[in-house]
Amino acid sequence: MTYYDWLGVLSVVMLLMFLAIGWWAYNPKNKDRFEEAANSILDDEGIEAPNGEKH
Amino acid sequence: MSLAAAHPAYDYRTVRQFAIMAVVWGIVGMAVGVLIAAQLVWPELLASEYTHFGRLRPLHTNAVIFAFGGCALFATSYYCVQRTCQTPLAFPSLARFTFWGWQLVIVAAVITLPLGLTSTKEYAELEWPIDILIAAVWISYAVVFLGTIAQRKTSHIYVANWFFAAFILVVAVLHIVNSAVVPVSLFKSYSAYSGAMDAMVQWWYGHNAVGFFLTAGFLGMMYYFVPKQAGRPVYSYRLSIVHFWALIATYMWAGAHHLHYSALPDWAQSVGMVMSLILLAPSWGGMINGVMTLSGAWHKLRTDPILRFLVVSLSFYGMSTFEGPMMSIKTVNALSHNTDWTIGHVHSGALGWVAMVSIGSLYHLIPKVLGVAQMYSTRLINLHFWMSTIGTVLYIAAMWVNGIMQGLMWRAVNTDGTLTYSFIDSVEASYPGWIVRVIGGAIFLIGMLVMMYNVYMTVQDAKRQDTIRDTSTPEAQPA
Repeated sequence: MTYYDWLGVLSVVMLLMFLAIGWWAYNPKNKDRFEEAANSILDDEGIEAPNGEKH
Repeated sequence: MSLAAAHPAYDYRTVRQFAIMAVVWGIVGMAVGVLIAAQLVWPELLASEYTHFGRLRPLHTNAVIFAFGGCALFATSYYCVQRTCQTPLAFPSLARFTFWGWQLVIVAAVITLPLGLTSTKEYAELEWPIDILIAAVWISYAVVFLGTIAQRKTSHIYVANWFFAAFILVVAVLHIVNSAVVPVSLFKSYSAYSGAMDAMVQWWYGHNAVGFFLTAGFLGMMYYFVPKQAGRPVYSYRLSIVHFWALIATYMWAGAHHLHYSALPDWAQSVGMVMSLILLAPSWGGMINGVMTLSGAWHKLRTDPILRFLVVSLSFYGMSTFEGPMMSIKTVNALSHNTDWTIGHVHSGALGWVAMVSIGSLYHLIPKVLGVAQMYSTRLINLHFWMSTIGTVLYIAAMWVNGIMQGLMWRAVNTDGTLTYSFIDSVEASYPGWIVRVIGGAIFLIGMLVMMYNVYMTVQDAKRQDTIRDTSTPEAQPA
């Protein structure tokens, strides 16, 4: 196989990786997990130092 | 909302130092920018051996990208990673080293670049001893950041940290590979690569400096500070995952578009163009994800100038990531290359996106690391917002007009095949645009001075209330 053939293989591998990531991200099974992650950053209020307002 | 369990004391000292130095270096870098813009209008202005355009231009780019942008990235990433991982910084003394080491790099740049000590690689001009210091600081940065993630108390690694981590790792690789040189003396070296290969390595570095230093890192800011300031979770966390992987996989290949119609093999130029066009998709996916985070909270824009900074930065990001792929098309590039259009494109990204998202993030973060409820003056933030927006629009509009005009003048030919205009004709025609650029840049710079005053007064507030601590006070476990 030449270098250019390997470039073709790489393209196919990258396409499959992209589809796999899309499938993983949009898999209904993972929905709750990701929503929890998205909300997690809003939970760290109330720890403002030292006289910051607490929510 | 207080689901918060016991929290550790976060390390705020290094964050605070970087945040304040980001403002200081922003002013320095942008002031040099305004100066060199003025030198294009008035060429005699400060035209000494050490302060002519050719010496100061790399100082401007290094100061705004690595000093201002770099300090903003250190501050925001150290802040974000602690709070999203609910753990203090790993290796606090190494974190201190990253601060002082980075300041030393910047000071070395400020001294060596006006002296004409340069490797001549764009955005990588610093000579090899400084490059080694950069590598040492950067590897320490990676150790601190990844070490903090490793000791996280949360199960998931929040997406902003992915972007920050990718930015840190890729910049380390780019810097080390592109800075490979053969030193001949303490201040002189030659690239380890030659010819077209050297050019390709340089623009692989150069464009990924844009893609990872100036994009991925700042997208990390977006994914943390936009939801925090809006008080809502990001529009689609799932989209952010696809955004991340698509963006980092694509950016890596786009650098060749800087070498259109050069000695680079034609197929490599075409690959650069195609990958640049594909980049539009992840770029806009991320931009839409950031902007849509405000859906249902648009009214907050009316009262919150910090949120306005963040959202307007995303619109500039959308504009410049549409413009970039268009300019990478070879036929468009044939018009735009070497004209002011490129400078306009860069500043639509640098002022509109990078600077404004950093400024918004810093306004969010500075009161928190000083222990006060808010910035000294919200009205001054609003003033700063309008100065930044108007300054950016003036700057980029002037450069678009100049760039397209220059491109058209350079390619115009008479019926007998001779050039219609000499080069100096296009220079003369560019003066009005260059004057508008000085005005736009100066307005943006004055906005930064307003910010400095606001930050100074906020520090004074904090000192008066005695709230500045090296670490945050940990929250007691709710009874």
